[in-house]
Amino acid sequence: MTHLDTELKLLKNDILEMMNIVNGQLKKCKSAVLHFDKELAHEINANERRVNALELKIDRDCENILALFNPVAVDLRFVLACFKLSGDLERMGDNAQSIASYVLDLDHPLPEDMMSDLRLNEMFDNAIEMLDEVFDAFESEDTASSRKIFAKDKVLNEINHQSAKKVSELIKTNSEDIPTYLYLFSIIRKLERVGDLAKNTAEEIIFYVEAKVLKHRKKKNKKSNSK
Amino acid sequence: MQADLDYNDIRPGKFKQEGDSIPKRKKKNKLEAKNVDVFYGDFQAIDNISLNIKANAVTAFIGPSGCGKSTFLRLYNRMNDYIEKFSMNGEILLDGNNIYDKNIKVEELRKKVGMVFQKPNPFPKSIFENVAYGLRIQGIKEKDFIEERVVTSLKQVALWDEVKDDLKKQALALSGGQQQRLCIARALAVKPSVILMDEPTSALDPISTGKLEDLIYGLKENYTIVIVTHNMQQAGRISDYTAFLYMGRLIEFGNTKKIFTNPDKDRTQNYITGRFG
Repeated sequence: MTHLDTELKLLKNDILEMMNIVNGQLKKCKSAVLHFDKELAHEINANERRVNALELKIDRDCENILALFNPVAVDLRFVLACFKLSGDLERMGDNAQSIASYVLDLDHPLPEDMMSDLRLNEMFDNAIEMLDEVFDAFESEDTASSRKIFAKDKVLNEINHQSAKKVSELIKTNSEDIPTYLYLFSIIRKLERVGDLAKNTAEEIIFYVEAKVLKHRKKKNKKSNSK
Repeated sequence: MQADLDYNDIRPGKFKQEGDSIPKRKKKNKLEAKNVDVFYGDFQAIDNISLNIKANAVTAFIGPSGCGKSTFLRLYNRMNDYIEKFSMNGEILLDGNNIYDKNIKVEELRKKVGMVFQKPNPFPKSIFENVAYGLRIQGIKEKDFIEERVVTSLKQVALWDEVKDDLKKQALALSGGQQQRLCIARALAVKPSVILMDEPTSALDPISTGKLEDLIYGLKENYTIVIVTHNMQQAGRISDYTAFLYMGRLIEFGNTKKIFTNPDKDRTQNYITGRFG
């Protein structure tokens, strides 16, 4: 193993650790929201510092590798992908923290029937599965797994789209509990954002492994590339 | 409005305005190698290489030691002719003419195809005489003409400001980097169209290397440059095209950006990422 290989392996381990922490944050978010667990929400807030610290470490390591080893080809793509992955993961962490702060702000649990009607549980599960798949895809450099993530993002987008209509109807019919609806809608928006960021990470993995750039492509092209 | 933000609609050229684009001219082939084999006695140094070198561009040859880079480079100005037991098959064309044709005069060929070597090799003469040497052996005697060429060549290699006050100074008293630029000025004085460079910076410090790289970058506007280098980053920085040779064979040839970001062949990737060779 060359010196560069060792540095790249350490970088990969840091990204995997960051993915693990962010995934854990999201799982805790789910529990904190569904069970109205404020203690868990505090824990999520505290853990956010670890996510931020890892982002800074990964950024510095990428900078050092670029400056000292001048990587090329697959090594260069790997470092560039890691640089972007750390940013995306940090923003996922931010979204998890925002959801936790909503739990802390609320003075009563979110109504179960409302959560079920807005498919909040399904959304959490989808987002968590996406992160699981991102972890596996990155660890095993498996672009087929990366491509599965795109379909899950569509589910999140669709739930988010539906929820806007449902929440506006709820506000019209029951104007007394508007803050609750708004918190619920905000959580949904944050989870939708997590889905977008998970999709970005999948694209970065495909860029690193296959040297293909999928972002900003027309749907037609994307289809042919996702085969 | 949100609906207007369609990122899928951002395609190359969408935001181009009229007059933005510079029409690209397709570069001509300056040097063409056709099915070239080279032998040193029984040993085959080059195995069936066909390669086109584009005009007014820098082409780099990379590969591990002994892969045939320098042998292949020397074919372009027939420097291998001096090597015992050298023989070759195939053709090397300069502007469409086979340089190994019997009617070709090697001295005339070398006026068109200059060469710079790994170690700076100025003659033990003055700076002026070093640059004027090629003109003098061509029988040129006009003082003004020679002086004009010497000054122009020294300016071209960015050495003029450093030596203009003492052109009679011994060339061997210059620093390594200055000597190498002087050798390039000597090659330029006879107005070649191709310059071959065999690891021209391997004996130089980083500052001199940087100056030489800037020089090469500037020269490609008027010259076709072929360079052999062991420094992968240098190949990436200065060349437009890169050829990767391994055990006498051409493994991959293409645009330098492509070779250094996403090479087609695994063997190229393994070499440029330092995993073999």
